[in-house]
Amino acid sequence: MSEALIQVSKLVKEYRMGDNVVHALDGVSVSIDAGEFVAVMGPSGSGKSTFMNLVGCLDAPSAGDYLLAGQNVARMVGDELAAIRNKRIGFVFQQFNLLARTSALENVELPLLYSDVGKKERRERAARRLQQVGLAARMDHHPSQLSGGQQQRVAIARALVNDPVLILADEPTGALDSRTSLEVMALLQQLNGEGITIVVVTHEHDVANFAKRIIQFRDGKVVEDKPNTPADAQLLVAQSTRQAA
Amino acid sequence: MNAFAILRIALNALRVNKLRSTLTMLGIIIGVAAVITMIAVGNGAQARVEEQIKSLGSNIMIIFPGSTLASGARGGAGSQQTLTEDDAAAIAREVPEVQVAAPSSRGTGQVVAGNSNWSTTIYGVTNDYFEAREWPIVGGRLFEPGEIQSAGKVAIVGQSVTRQLFGEAFDPEAILGQTVRIRQVPFTVIGVLDKKGQSMLGQDQDDVVFVPIATARNRLFGQAQGKLRRVGTISVKTREGLSMADAEEKIRALMRQRHRLQAGADDDFSIRNLTEILQAQEASSKIMTLLLAAVASVSLVVGGIGIMNIMLVSVTERTREIGLRMAVGARGRDILMQFLVEAVTLSLIGGLLGILLGFGGSAAVGKFAGWRVEIEAASIFLAVGFSAGVGIFFGFYPARKAAGLRPIEALRYE
Repeated sequence: MSEALIQVSKLVKEYRMGDNVVHALDGVSVSIDAGEFVAVMGPSGSGKSTFMNLVGCLDAPSAGDYLLAGQNVARMVGDELAAIRNKRIGFVFQQFNLLARTSALENVELPLLYSDVGKKERRERAARRLQQVGLAARMDHHPSQLSGGQQQRVAIARALVNDPVLILADEPTGALDSRTSLEVMALLQQLNGEGITIVVVTHEHDVANFAKRIIQFRDGKVVEDKPNTPADAQLLVAQSTRQAA
Repeated sequence: MNAFAILRIALNALRVNKLRSTLTMLGIIIGVAAVITMIAVGNGAQARVEEQIKSLGSNIMIIFPGSTLASGARGGAGSQQTLTEDDAAAIAREVPEVQVAAPSSRGTGQVVAGNSNWSTTIYGVTNDYFEAREWPIVGGRLFEPGEIQSAGKVAIVGQSVTRQLFGEAFDPEAILGQTVRIRQVPFTVIGVLDKKGQSMLGQDQDDVVFVPIATARNRLFGQAQGKLRRVGTISVKTREGLSMADAEEKIRALMRQRHRLQAGADDDFSIRNLTEILQAQEASSKIMTLLLAAVASVSLVVGGIGIMNIMLVSVTERTREIGLRMAVGARGRDILMQFLVEAVTLSLIGGLLGILLGFGGSAAVGKFAGWRVEIEAASIFLAVGFSAGVGIFFGFYPARKAAGLRPIEALRYE
């Protein structure tokens, strides 16, 4: 257990709203091993998004430690965090966040632009990832020419392109219908099967049930952290597939 | 992130908003074109003055005769010939600042060669005149001392006269030794002068024939003034580096003394310092150029503000894009560079188009206003440099604003 991928201890994040200090995260300690598929759940304002931002190195904690693959990133700033985000973490967002008027291929290439990869290699790696998410035929399409599910798959290919150790998905199905939601989650499940660690923030139980472990947040604290039994998960998947059909 | 990739992102961003980019550029285009055109107009004016100074000869002043006073009616300047060859000799001898003092007298007459004839100005001069005016001959020779002493019938002609009398094909050797008749008197052409061009008043300075001063007096304009050796004007050239004002004062004192003028009496001559007048003109045309350029650069600054405005809008519009780029690993300086390059690209393309428009504008001013325009290489570099500078200066603030965004806030921006 000493080789945990994510080792968060007593993480605190405070926001100052006028005279009030809001504790978005209040001493959270969580450990996630490589290869896990974790769903983070909780009502809005529970701190799950803040947790994601800190784990994703998009923000720095007010206190506490965060070891990512043995590296303490809690004390890092600016450019160091940018490098971590670039090389180790892949993001999938609710709104896809693809660049408009830019081809799928170029969207996937984006992280490589910031990591000194030559143009030819960039093309190849981006193309390979698009193939992996089943969009080989849509490389030259712009986001506006793709369906929501396809756009999210482009986003997943983009998250994968720099071979990250961790994929963070923030409500990845929030903007999708239930059928494509299942497709996207199945894709993430497949990637997890290939050994990539995945953390998903969601408030949908259907989505969370794809994960092997569910962490519940409330008022900035972890209130429940338990494995999600594969049997249950399969059952729920089967149910929701039926509903969608 | 390499420069090429940054440039491509910038060009893409500009292409997406074609109309907006074009309108923003228009500010810079107009600014640069205005700067180039105005400098070209100013330089043209300046070059004209400089040419006049050159054609006049440097450090020149001219002494004119004064006016007569007859029964209370004052004649105009030159109504009395008060200057003599001896005045000229005395000035050259006694005023140390003076390099040469060349007397000349002027008249007009019909010049005939073969079956062509031409009415022109005839000057009686000594060789000093050519030195004062810095006016070399391109063929033949100057006057011999004997020819000046004995009123020799020899002539040195300007190139407009040779063209009128001997045709367009200019061949000094063929003209030398020819006989021309000036006011019926036959003269031998011994020299042809270099081309001088227009004077500051637009007169053709090459439309002229020079003869020795004694010849002019005795044989052509034979007025009853032989003994006194009256002359029309004296051209004085002062030595390089010495004060022309000092020279003018000393000449004035010397002339008053020679002409026996009482203290308080008006000068019976006047001294015109042409070089000074031209230098003043040159200085004012320089100031004019500066002024024009300054006014034109105001439009460049306005164009720059336009760029800043659009870049600020662009940064706000693309906040989510910035957030995403940061999330996938863009560092602050990558974002800074992206927006800075975008602003500079905008202003540089505008600058280049502005140069083309500036060329067109200068040509149009030259053609329709008939002004002389001279485009200077320096003004092009200035314009390009200035527009790049404008891009950097006015692009920096929006770019820094973009780079300073916090990734989570930018990502969540609605």
